[in-house]
Amino acid sequence: MKSITLGQYYPARSLMHGLDPRMKIILAFIYIICSFVAKNIISFGVLFASAFLLIALSKIPLSLILRSVRPILFILAFTVVLNVFWTKGEVILFEWKFIHIYYEGVMTALFMVVRIFVMIVGASLFLTYTITPIALTDAIEQLFGPLKKIKIPVHEFAMMMTIALRFIPTFIDETDKIMSAQKARGADFSNGSLAKRAKVLIPILIPLFVSAFRRADELAIAMECRCYHGGDGRTRMTILHYRARDFLALIAMLLFFAGLLALNFLKIGYTM
Amino acid sequence: MEKENYFIKTENVCASYEEDDGKSCEVLRDITLGIKKGEYVAVLGHNGSGKSTFAKLLNMILAPDSGKIFIDGVDITREDMTEKEVFDIRRKIGMVFQNPDNQLVATIVEEDVAFGPENLGIPSDEIRKRVDEALATVGMTDYAKHEPHRLSGGQKQRVAIAGIIAMMPECMIFDESTAMLDPVGRKEVMDTIDLLNHERGITVINITHHMNEAVRADRVIVLDDGKVYMDGTPEEIFSQPQKLALAGLEVPQCTALIQALRKRGIKLEGECTTPEKCAKLIIDALGGSN
Repeated sequence: MKSITLGQYYPARSLMHGLDPRMKIILAFIYIICSFVAKNIISFGVLFASAFLLIALSKIPLSLILRSVRPILFILAFTVVLNVFWTKGEVILFEWKFIHIYYEGVMTALFMVVRIFVMIVGASLFLTYTITPIALTDAIEQLFGPLKKIKIPVHEFAMMMTIALRFIPTFIDETDKIMSAQKARGADFSNGSLAKRAKVLIPILIPLFVSAFRRADELAIAMECRCYHGGDGRTRMTILHYRARDFLALIAMLLFFAGLLALNFLKIGYTM
Repeated sequence: MEKENYFIKTENVCASYEEDDGKSCEVLRDITLGIKKGEYVAVLGHNGSGKSTFAKLLNMILAPDSGKIFIDGVDITREDMTEKEVFDIRRKIGMVFQNPDNQLVATIVEEDVAFGPENLGIPSDEIRKRVDEALATVGMTDYAKHEPHRLSGGQKQRVAIAGIIAMMPECMIFDESTAMLDPVGRKEVMDTIDLLNHERGITVINITHHMNEAVRADRVIVLDDGKVYMDGTPEEIFSQPQKLALAGLEVPQCTALIQALRKRGIKLEGECTTPEKCAKLIIDALGGSN
């Protein structure tokens, strides 16, 4: 249990790991917009290639990335079926009784798959594989800091995330202990119907919740003793600084965005 | 008693808490105490003797029903305490609790140590300096980048202590801070507490029910039933086993051994509270050098 790691951070020294975490959030945002900008086969081709370029730049093994795409295979398949069978067009490719498959449908399905793939790969590269959860929390607090002026509780949200991250391993340990204790009293977690197995979870969840409230109470007092009084007048030990390469990355991303827009003007093949 | 001479001074303090059924339960009755700057005090008492409540009164986590508390000459029980003054008291009087898990806030050791100074609004390079120094004091520099949940209980508790030191307190209260630790962790934490008192001159109040920890202090206060039952040096307190027993406490094992030997008619001079002193007394009684 001590070996669990949070998030999917993959430690490596790469161009992408070296970027400021705030910049990574901005880049992820622009990249996701990029995936919606592409309209024709060339821009989608470039978009698809860019995902692999990013993977190469992050030095994360391709197999690891593909593994993270696996959970969305179902969504991809669903998208394909939906688009192939239900999109109406002009050029018919296949016809059998009530099934009509159009060229437009196949292309839309292909484009949608590329779009979803690129979004997932982009977001996970920028926001999970190359960034630790704690750096992400810090970046969110500092990037969205100005939103405090319009009463959005940015600091409180970041503090909640930090505390959640801090206590997840503690609660996993605790669940382990409670389960052992219940097993020692004859609880059976691995047999029986689904309803029966759900029922045996109750004696685990109740002590876990009780302990969570007790911990929260003690933590609140300990934080008060350390003069915690919200985000007002609070300073930080580590202050993030943008460097030249962060701005270069931003420029590259914006150029990519502009390039995709330009490619859309080419009248080649099907346009979405 | 002139209050100017004491860092912490309480006058006729009474405190109570409300039980679940709405009944008010009196925990502290008429506590009048003075603790000087740089003193090392152990507070003993069995469960429910009010020792934890006493600690929480001193840094304003709880408020007394009646009586006065002065910290560094400031009356903290008056109505018009500003928020700034409250934080100043909490900075001056740091507190380390029993469960090391429930007082660490951040996911990285050095971030956690920085939490207190960050709350005080200290500039970041100054925080960096304080954090490095605090971690060095408790001997956890090598673990600065570690995650707290991978540390042992004693290490976690030392990180918690570093988090308080970084706020530059004048007094530290340890509320049964060793109760959940194994013997190794307990020794690590007790050695750190000794160091803070002897080398940093920090006033220490160690609330405990381990007699072996109490003997390390300069002064022992025994609370029983919400009142100050005994107050004196460890030697004075532990030479009265019958009186201690009435408060539900025992003397340290080595003291008990000496007292038992004496009862058997063996002549032993002086009082003893530590195993080393105990061994010396017995050697002397056996006829000096070997």
